Amino acid sequence: MTINEKQDQIIEEFSAFDDWMDKYSFLIELGNELNVLEEQHRTDQNLIDGCQSKVWLHAELKDGKIEIQGDSDAIIVKGIVALLLRVLSGHTPDEILNTELYFIDKIGLKEHLSPTRSNGLVAMVKQIRAYALAFKVKQG
Amino acid sequence: MGLNIQEIRSDFPVLAEKVYGKPLVYFDNAATTQKPVSVIQAEADVYNHYNSNVHRGVHHLSNVCTQAFEDVRKKVASFIHAASSDEIIFTKGTTDSVNLLAGSLGDTLFSVGDEVILSEMEHHSNIVPWQLLQKRKGIEIKVIPVTDEGELDLDAFEKLFSAKTKLVSVTHISNVLGTINPIEKIIETAHKHGVPVVIDGAQAVHHLPIDVQKLDCDFYVFSGHKMYGPTGVGVLYGKRKWLEIMEPYQGGGEMIDKVSFSGTTFNDIPYKFEAGTPNFAGVIALGAAIDYLQEKGLSKLWEYEHSLFEYAVEKLKTVPNIHFIGKAKARTSVISFLIGTAHPFDVGTLLDKLGFALRTGHHCAQPLMDRFGIPGTVRASFAFYNTKEEIDRLVQALGQIEGMLG
Repeated sequence: MTINEKQDQIIEEFSAFDDWMDKYSFLIELGNELNVLEEQHRTDQNLIDGCQSKVWLHAELKDGKIEIQGDSDAIIVKGIVALLLRVLSGHTPDEILNTELYFIDKIGLKEHLSPTRSNGLVAMVKQIRAYALAFKVKQG
Repeated sequence: MGLNIQEIRSDFPVLAEKVYGKPLVYFDNAATTQKPVSVIQAEADVYNHYNSNVHRGVHHLSNVCTQAFEDVRKKVASFIHAASSDEIIFTKGTTDSVNLLAGSLGDTLFSVGDEVILSEMEHHSNIVPWQLLQKRKGIEIKVIPVTDEGELDLDAFEKLFSAKTKLVSVTHISNVLGTINPIEKIIETAHKHGVPVVIDGAQAVHHLPIDVQKLDCDFYVFSGHKMYGPTGVGVLYGKRKWLEIMEPYQGGGEMIDKVSFSGTTFNDIPYKFEAGTPNFAGVIALGAAIDYLQEKGLSKLWEYEHSLFEYAVEKLKTVPNIHFIGKAKARTSVISFLIGTAHPFDVGTLLDKLGFALRTGHHCAQPLMDRFGIPGTVRASFAFYNTKEEIDRLVQALGQIEGMLG
């Protein structure tokens, strides 16, 4: 599935909810289901700055594709991390760098993008792009 | 006669707002309070009818504006029972007041190695200005520890004094724990050592009767926006004997007597500390806030607020897995809590969607969070326009949230 197909799929899933609490319940569920971040990656180096909660993101390049792991100490944020990983993990650096992330706005989580909310969705996206750029440069 | 809360609520336009289609419950009063129509109108009246720079012109408008501005200085002086309105300096807010003190007292009082005593429960506003002074002048910062209950450890406080102690600066009421500190005792102890005391009254001036002469504090600082006044206005009260020997903090218009390149002499207090055009419209609106409080009856407002606080403490206990941060014997207006192991951010995000305005996070008191080993708290803080029904709604919402996050 392409990144955009995944984004569309998430938008479709969220369209079933008309209540905020249902939306957040779903995010909490996603957060609970997120694969555990391997302990050796729970480092200060992988910690994202600028979040009210802690967020760790770890990325590795495997067969030209970026595998991302992540975690947060806040479950709603962890749910958002899960969505981001679902959309972006497993894609090439170029695919990630050339993507516009429209699903966040479409599922009503745009406010989490506002820098004043300080939950760091902006910082997370920036970090994933930075990983992508670094791997792209490394690949030459 | 009791208070008519519905009538009071109708004086505050913001309280009628809806968020996400739900009636707003505003429990973030420790961050800033809402403003009554009379305050909003007073500020608008300045700009609509008599906007003119204060202390500058001989013309009619300037006189009217200056008079209104100086009347508020007297009003503030009488509100906190200062000996003279000369001891009232208008600033931008509590933070600005502390920075003025750290800047000016820093030059007047401190030399390398001298010490200032703060507490572990201070707002960053009463920490960082002193740290800047530490960098500038090489002073030392000593810290009064906080007990598990959320009270200042006064025995430890006594032991912090040395021959080099030059100042004590502590908060009156903790913005996180709601603890009412025994400042009378703190001031007495400091004075026994010949050390002056700054009290950060940002969370107290609108919740308790303040008599700076009875307290005998040397300085008392607070913000207008937390006491139903406009933002961008604050007060620094200082005893005349200190203000007179303190160096000006900023230079500019109004604070001077004569200016020449061979040397400048400064104006008298309070003007010596009010460089540049002050926020006179804000100051005048602050006067309207004091009028509003006095009109409604300060003691009635305080009594009602405290009854709300006690009601909230009791009701919140019924929320499954709630635990409180701060259990001081003397406390008011602010309740900090956590739900199970849930991150305060999660609780706050869900409360927001249910129409509650609450603060989550470290509340600009990171050392205190470290003291309790937590990333932050959820904080509900009350004002006299809040109701028991709103607290009941909060308890119900927290029950729902506990179910989702638990």
